[in-house]
Amino acid sequence: MNVHPGTAKPVEDPMLPLTYEVVGIKKELPDTVTLDLRAPNGMPFEFEPGQFNMLYAFGVGEIPISISGDTSDPMQLVHTIRVVGKVSQAFAKLKEGDSIGVRGPYGVGWPVNNIKGSDVVIVGGGLGLAPLRPAIYSVLANRGQFGNVVILYGARTPNDLLFEEQLHEWRGRFDLHLDVIVDRAEAGWPGRVGVVTQLIDHAVFDPEETAALVCGPEIMMRYAVQALADRGVDTKNVYVSMERNMHCALGFCGHCQFGGTFVCRDGPVFAYDTISELFTTREA
Amino acid sequence: MSELSDLSRRNDVHVMKPEGTEALIRALIEDGYEVIGPKVIAQAMLYEPYEAGETPPAGWTDEQDGGRYRLIARDDGKLFDYVVGPQGFKRYLFPPREKLWSAKRTADGFAVGRDGAPAKAYAFFGARACEVAAIGIQDRVFDNGEFSDPTYNARRAKAFIVSVDCSRSASTCFCASMGTGPAPEAGYDIRLSEIFEDGHHMLLVRSGSEAGAAILEKLDLKKAKKADLEKADANSRRAAEMQTRVMPDDAREVLARNMKHSHWVEVGKRCLGCGSCTMVCPTCFCAAMEDVTGLDPDSAERWRQWDTCFSVNHSFIHGGAIRQEAWSRYRQWITHKLSFWHEQFGQSGCVGCGRCITWCPVAIDIVEETRTIRDSEKTEALHG
Repeated sequence: MNVHPGTAKPVEDPMLPLTYEVVGIKKELPDTVTLDLRAPNGMPFEFEPGQFNMLYAFGVGEIPISISGDTSDPMQLVHTIRVVGKVSQAFAKLKEGDSIGVRGPYGVGWPVNNIKGSDVVIVGGGLGLAPLRPAIYSVLANRGQFGNVVILYGARTPNDLLFEEQLHEWRGRFDLHLDVIVDRAEAGWPGRVGVVTQLIDHAVFDPEETAALVCGPEIMMRYAVQALADRGVDTKNVYVSMERNMHCALGFCGHCQFGGTFVCRDGPVFAYDTISELFTTREA
Repeated sequence: MSELSDLSRRNDVHVMKPEGTEALIRALIEDGYEVIGPKVIAQAMLYEPYEAGETPPAGWTDEQDGGRYRLIARDDGKLFDYVVGPQGFKRYLFPPREKLWSAKRTADGFAVGRDGAPAKAYAFFGARACEVAAIGIQDRVFDNGEFSDPTYNARRAKAFIVSVDCSRSASTCFCASMGTGPAPEAGYDIRLSEIFEDGHHMLLVRSGSEAGAAILEKLDLKKAKKADLEKADANSRRAAEMQTRVMPDDAREVLARNMKHSHWVEVGKRCLGCGSCTMVCPTCFCAAMEDVTGLDPDSAERWRQWDTCFSVNHSFIHGGAIRQEAWSRYRQWITHKLSFWHEQFGQSGCVGCGRCITWCPVAIDIVEETRTIRDSEKTEALHG
């Protein structure tokens, strides 16, 4: 029996998308858009931070996109999408009232419930902040259950900062520490310039009691894990979100294999220790 | 397959004349099966539909080696003295190209639904032990505990398997070392074993399921003698002993710990990246989804077609492919097949059919490459 995880409702066919309606569109960046989606018949959409959906653009194609919304608001399904190919391009052209196909949610997300009591270091690079946002919401909604909360975010330029309003809002809170760094900036940028791993060196957390959630380009994650380890964080408490080609999200199509794992079912979030061997094995 | 109510019947072994295959195929067709069995087409033994009255081709054998396949006619009337051709039964349960669903625009969006034909009931006639094992492996892929593939499983639930023991091996066969053959232990509805010696030519017949036993009711069978059983066993043993290729027992561990071995680059220099090995492999399951629209902009379809990890596109994510080099793609294929498959499905993904060796245009050999890595890992550790 297949269960549609989003609705906990048995479905006959895990390959059939459900049709959702676009109810809100926010242009985040010139190439990045956030879509608010509503389920048919107003069904709630339950998910875990870090999980993803397969999103279908009519006649164009289907791609995996992580969920960037808030788990405590199951009436609104939120996806943040960067235009990189023909399917994401089709999503960027959607208007309110248009339809989009949704299958999911799929995969293993951030272990927010298992890291209570720890300091939490969240390291995002570029669009990698989108899959981390549900984890941030969840941690902040239960702020008292965590130690220090540190958000370290790196973007290419000041113009590429995702969720900028929220960055300001989080930065204004006294119960978390948020630091931003950009690869390059023009004169007038008052902040730091460099790579996100530099922020790890000076962030305030107790390495022995820290869980880290890392999402960004693979090369950035590699250096972030190293920097965290250098600070003394046990890499078994470091979680990374992997990305591979994905066509079905069910474990049938074979594209997302990463060693003995399927990123769609065993990931996308992995405890670093479980994949460290593969993570450092060169592909070419 | 359900348990037999009458176990003694199930355990009975019968014999029939070689001509009995005609009645067997006819009985399956009368029961509503589309019978798929070996036929000589384009100088190869392919699995194609049989009509009532047809019988399997007699008097053929084959020669196979790395990059070489020859079907050879003989005049002895033996039915199953060739081994496996380029195509397994995979293409019937998991078609090379299949429509998954259609979508239509509606007033308030679009609607998606399956509109394919109902699943056919196939009877696979002449399935060798490696084919039976391969079907068992794909069963686990397409029903992974969380999700099950609707079309594969609809066809699989209706499928009937008539297996045949191998009494001869090609030079490319290595099922004995994979523990899958030359005779199947389970997974068949009817099992045939050919006996051809001292002027006797007959088929030993066993049922492996209630459905199999029901079909046997309709055939003209005699009870087998102990000597017949011994002959059939001896045939299988001989086929196993003929096998010169032996997959190392520790292939899983050897490959897993040698991901950085220099030999991968050497294989990559020979590999053409053509993907033939994955097309002939009876367990490879990679498939690409293709979304299409026709001239009518209000209709769309999703199709699934076989893909290969040897294509650059297989590992494409925005920005480029992860495995650009042939060696990287070859390593992906063989380590998945022999090593990582265990982690995913609790067994090897290789049945030892040897097709990837035979049909590789440059004769890259899954057994030999594994052995090369295994035999050189100590030197590699010193100098690598």
